Formats: sequence, C-alpha cells, structure tokens
Amino acid sequence: MAVSEPLIELKDIYKIYRMGDEEVHANDGITLTICKGEFVAIVGKSGSGKSTLMNIIGALDVPTSGSYYLGGEDVSDMTDDQLADIRNRMIGFIFQQYNLLPKLNLLENVELPLLYAGVGREERRERAMASLERVGLKEKWKNMPNQLSGGQQQRVSIARALAGDPSLILADEPTGALDSRTSREVLDFLKRLNEEGNTIVMITHDNSIAVEAKRVVRIHDGKINFDGDVNDYAAII
Amino acid sequence: MLQSFKMAIKSILGNKMRSFLTMLGIIIGVASVIILVSIVNGYMSTVVDSFASMGVNQISVNVINLPSRSLDADDVYGFFEENRDLYGQMTPVVNVSAVVKHGNDSLDATNVGGYSEDYLDIRGYELAAGRNLQYSDMISRQKVCVAGYYVANELFGGPEKALGQTLKISGDAYKIIGVAEQQDEEELEEGGSDDFIWIPYVTATKLTRNGSISSYIFTSNSVDDTDRCRSQLESFLYETFQNEDLYNVNANSELLDTLNEQIGMMSGMLGGIAGISLLVAGVGVMNIMLVSVTERTREIGIRKALGAKRSVIMQQFVIEAAVTSSIGGIIGIVIGSVAAVALGNAMGIESPPTVGAILISFSVSVGIGLLFGYMPASRAAKLNPIDALRSE
Repeated sequence: MAVSEPLIELKDIYKIYRMGDEEVHANDGITLTICKGEFVAIVGKSGSGKSTLMNIIGALDVPTSGSYYLGGEDVSDMTDDQLADIRNRMIGFIFQQYNLLPKLNLLENVELPLLYAGVGREERRERAMASLERVGLKEKWKNMPNQLSGGQQQRVSIARALAGDPSLILADEPTGALDSRTSREVLDFLKRLNEEGNTIVMITHDNSIAVEAKRVVRIHDGKINFDGDVNDYAAII
Repeated sequence: MLQSFKMAIKSILGNKMRSFLTMLGIIIGVASVIILVSIVNGYMSTVVDSFASMGVNQISVNVINLPSRSLDADDVYGFFEENRDLYGQMTPVVNVSAVVKHGNDSLDATNVGGYSEDYLDIRGYELAAGRNLQYSDMISRQKVCVAGYYVANELFGGPEKALGQTLKISGDAYKIIGVAEQQDEEELEEGGSDDFIWIPYVTATKLTRNGSISSYIFTSNSVDDTDRCRSQLESFLYETFQNEDLYNVNANSELLDTLNEQIGMMSGMLGGIAGISLLVAGVGVMNIMLVSVTERTREIGIRKALGAKRSVIMQQFVIEAAVTSSIGGIIGIVIGSVAAVALGNAMGIESPPTVGAILISFSVSVGIGLLFGYMPASRAAKLNPIDALRSE
C-alpha cells in the first residue's frame, strides 16, 4: 500500500515530570510521523517512556513541550474537554484489561463512544450491532462482560474501538492478559483491520508481539532508538 | 439526560443496602420536618379557635379616678360615639357586692354588676325569656335587671316564671325583665357562670355610692384593629389623666399575640432541629457519593477515555445524588404525612400535613442532593483519565 498523508505528527515531544527536586524526562525529544494505513508497534521496556508516549498519542495527556498534530489538528495544548472530543472522534482504544463497564451489557458497552458523540438512539444501536457482528459476538449482545472469556471480552473492546469509526486504533498491550492462542486471534484480527485500511498503533513490551506489525518504533530512556521496517527490526533482535 | 437518569437508577438499585442507608437520613429528616410542622400547626389552630370564642376583639380599660382627674361615663360615651368606625360595642363595668333576696330565699354568691345594653352582645349571650336592658333604662335609672339562668331557676323555678317578678338587691327592689339562656350546659351551680344579675350601670353607681366608674369594656370591629384601638384609647386616657400610671388598657388579642409568638418560636426551634437532621442527612449523601466516586474511579476513567466530557460525568453523579435524595424525600413525605395524622389523632388535634411543609421539605431534600452531590461529582469530573484508568 502506498504510504499516504500523515495521520500522526509528533515534533520534538518532551514530557517532564517533577519528582521532588529531580526532573524526570519520560519523553525526551521524540519526533515521529505515522501515516494513514500504517500498522506500527511501539516497543520498549517498562520505564522506557512508551506509556507516556501512548498517553500523548491517545490524547489522554498533553506534552510539556513540542507539538502534536493528529489528523491535522493541533492537540498539544487542548483543554480537557477538547481532548475528550478528539478521543471520541479520532481514536479507538483497546486496553490490556479490556476496560469494559461491568454493569452494562455488550451492546451498551459498544454504544458508549457513540453515546458521547451524540449519535441518536436508533443509529447508535445499529452501528454498535454492526460492530459486534464484525468481531463475531452479535448474538451475545445481551450478555454482561463477566459472562465472556478474556478473548471474547477483548473482542468486545475491539468492537467498541471500531464503533465510532475512528481514524486511529490505539492498542495498549492488547494481548497482555491473554493466553497465546487467544493472543494469536486478536493479533490476526488487528492485521485484518489494518488490511481493511485502518491505521493501528500498538504499544507492547514484547518483541514477539511487536514483529506482527509492519513498522517498529523502539523507545529507550525516553528517546527513539530504532524506527524502521519490521524485517529490519527482526534482524537486529 | 435521560441516559443519566437511567444510569442513576441502575446504580442505586445496584447497591440497594447502601442506597437505603443513605436515604434513611433524608427520610428521617423530611418526615420529622413534616410531623413537627403539622403538629405545631394543628395545635396552634386548636388554641386559636378556643381563644377566638373567648372574645379576642375585647379591650378592657381600667382607670383610677382621682378627685382632681376623673373619667366620666359620658366622656367615654362621647369618645365611643366619635369612633364608631373602629368600635363595635362598649359598656361600663360596675361591680356590686350585694346579697340578692327574694322573700326568704337569699343568694350571696351571685355576681351583680352594672352594665350597658351592649353587654349581652359582648358576652355573646342569648335571652331565654323577656328583653335585654335598654338605653332608656339607663337614662331613666330604672330598677330593672337581667337575671342569669341559675337565679331564675333557683328563686322562681324557671325563666318564664321569673319574668316580671321582683328581687331585692341591697334592699332595693328590681324587676326582672329578661333571663339569659343557660351557659353552663353541665350544671347549674352557685357562683357559676349562670349565677349573675345585670342591672343598668347608672343604677349600679348609685347602689355602690361611688359616682365614678373605673372599668369599661370595648370591642373592636375587627381583630386586626385592636392594636390601633388600644393606642387610640391610651392617648384618649392620657389626655384626661396626664399620667400613665392611672390607667391601663388590655386587649385580649395581646394574649393571642403572645401565644402566637411563643408557638412561632417553638415551631422555629423544632423546625431548626429537624433542619439539622436534614443537614446531617446531606453530609451522609455527600459521604456516600464520595465513596461511590472513589469506587468507580476506573469507570470514570474509561468513560473519559471514550470521550465523556467533564459536564457529562458531572451530570451523571449529580443526578445520582439528586435521585437518591428525592426518592428518600418522597418516602419521607409519605411516612411523615401518615405519622402526622396518626399522632394528631392520638393527641386529639387535627394535624393534616401542610402543603407548604411538603413542598419545602421535598425541595430541600432535592437541593441537598444537588448541593452535597456537587462536590463529589466535580471531583469525579476532574479526574485525570490516565490515573483513573490505572486505578484498580
């Protein structure tokens, strides 16, 4: 697939936390561009700053300095509510712990992003159902999350991420809580979504998961120390 | 909005025991406000009714006549006639201590007094037979009298038989021209409310050999005017006596005022206590909502990550608090109303719950929900989604 226009443009991103007298540079000058249709794995050990980077990419947090354009919009100094709006419109989250609301059934869970986007009741239901169908759980829409296996719950959270038709799917350790067989399922599903044209950014600490992506970005001590094709990455590990 | 209500109900039902305990404070608070206000109101209207029948529009005047400065009945009548718009009736009061005799029978506890023809109306009595005293009896100093039922019964064997008869008061013969209806339904007794004789006040002053009259009773046309009447009378009396120690003016309505004041104070105090219990209930609501926010930090994080704005989270928690306390308020109103009626019956007064008490306590309970739900809700709304997601 031809690499097209950029979706994510990070320029010189610093995220500095103050711990007592010490300054901790969680992100120390990160510049990164991700285009539409890419499948990127961001890999790094714990404490490397990859989670901080994912929070910034996911518009959950703003950088201390530097600029971040997501789909052409400057996210770097948005307010709380503007960030909420950006997350709602542009980003579909897949979390390690699925993060489904236990008191809502599957359909209501998948409907949530649409509810906050102000989509009407009928359309909400229709789109959420279509999304559940894509992950093969349409029949179970009345079930509660705790009635499903871990793999199924992760598929529901994928359905929820897809429901709002976001520009970016951001997966944070999506297989972290799954056994190897269901991990495989989820990874295959992400690949298929990418082939259908979705942009996917996956955060992981696990190289064997990272190599499932097309491009790998490795973070070390808050800086990028590898950025390239997955085949080149596979060669150096 | 509708969604928020649904979520609130779901969350309340999801934690039945906790929600009930939260509501209990509101229920007790609201019920006690309604019970106290209703009982006090019921009690007050009972007391006011009994006072109204005692003549709250009466104003009594007592003076000390000196040789140099004295009040003449004619002056008082002059004042009364000038102000007929304010005053309904007036009578001088002359107390006579005398033994009443008829043949060999004598009555020594009988209340003998000299009054004007207005006295019958002032007391609110009706006649069983004959006629009332008249103005003409006053000016011609007639020796006539209106007798109480006991007197007529005791000396003559009935009102009709007593008419036209004469009895002797301090040796003078008086003709009975009228007999009042029986006042005390229970019994006729010596010195009771039916043992009296009314004679024209002019005649009475002669009897007491004391030319001046020291007591008068006025009635005002309206209870609302009694204050004005009172001060008018006081200035009239001051003109004559030039000394405030020589007269006093008492309005029966003052008693009622004092009573109202005391009841108002009491209901304010009780309402205050009930209000404090509502406040404590509010703190309870706030406490539970804070726990609820802490418990649901992760849920809030998820919702925010998915695009919920601050206002949406805020709304969810405020509505939850308001719904909790309004349900508590409604239960409290029902319990309070039933208890108010039941307690009123037990105390023998009518104490229906007032619309005001219901409206106020309901809006206070909703208000408390909003007020005390606000703080936890804004804490929830301001949660950082990253921290919230990280929490377990």
